[in-house]
Amino acid sequence: MKTIEELKAIRDKARERLSVREQDDGDKIRVVVGMATCGIAAGARPVLAELVEEVGRRGLGNVSVSQTGCIGLCQYEPIVEVTEPGKEKVTYVKMNPEKALKVVTEHLVNGRPVQEYTIGAYTK
Amino acid sequence: MRELSLNVLDIAQNSISAGASLITISLSENTRENRLIIEIADNGRGMDERQLSRVTDPFYTTRTTRDVGMGVPLFKMAAEMTGGTFEIDSVPNEGTRLKAVFLPRHVDCMPVGDMCSTVVMLISMNTQLDFIYTEAVGSESFTLDTRELKQTLDGVPLNDPEVVGWLTEYFTQQTKKIHGGAVNEDD
Repeated sequence: MKTIEELKAIRDKARERLSVREQDDGDKIRVVVGMATCGIAAGARPVLAELVEEVGRRGLGNVSVSQTGCIGLCQYEPIVEVTEPGKEKVTYVKMNPEKALKVVTEHLVNGRPVQEYTIGAYTK
Repeated sequence: MRELSLNVLDIAQNSISAGASLITISLSENTRENRLIIEIADNGRGMDERQLSRVTDPFYTTRTTRDVGMGVPLFKMAAEMTGGTFEIDSVPNEGTRLKAVFLPRHVDCMPVGDMCSTVVMLISMNTQLDFIYTEAVGSESFTLDTRELKQTLDGVPLNDPEVVGWLTEYFTQQTKKIHGGAVNEDD
């Protein structure tokens, strides 16, 4: 059984970890998922969950994953936007958990945007 | 929407946009009476009477990125199509409360779905806010209150990957327990 005692142990472990890799938010890669009615209905929840889990699993301290409202392109939801410091924003459309996983490995880890999932490739 | 838990996630986003600091979500199930009640309450900025009267109209929205607002109308429809009811009350500067009653045995009643995902996501994506989630089945119930969790965590954020993992497992076990499922005590 999961207990509050266990949560305390996680807290103590996390404290050590957090003090080692504090990073300025300005240097982070920002990943944003559209979570308005359109996004949620199209399947954004499992996409966001997968991104958070994989970023956590790989311990990518330089990546922040967050949610936003409607981006205004409801027909392309679920939408994921990736902004690297000093680079142009990459907009991924019609996402699913498998595609999200590939974006983490290819884009966030290896620094190569997955062109085939971008809005540019989709609307061609 | 294919799951009620997705409607809950969507409605809670409205509370977040309304600047709420505390969002209370409750799900209560009474199989014998064929009732499933979902209530969401927040302490956000609320709505005036004019806004409130139009909130269930899908062609009304306060947003500027598009012309439709489907969240509340979809949730209302999900309840009413099972023969249930939907109510929404709001007081400006105090908050909004919404209650949907479902008749679970109705063929059009959507499954509750993955409420764990919804709640854990709300908590971990909005660490500056507080959430109280209560799930009741008959006389059994389970409550998760982030104000208590924050006290235990003492500064360690609720979006720490290991904390999120703990939350997911804790939520799953506790809800399974109140639904009368067997829980492995060694897990």
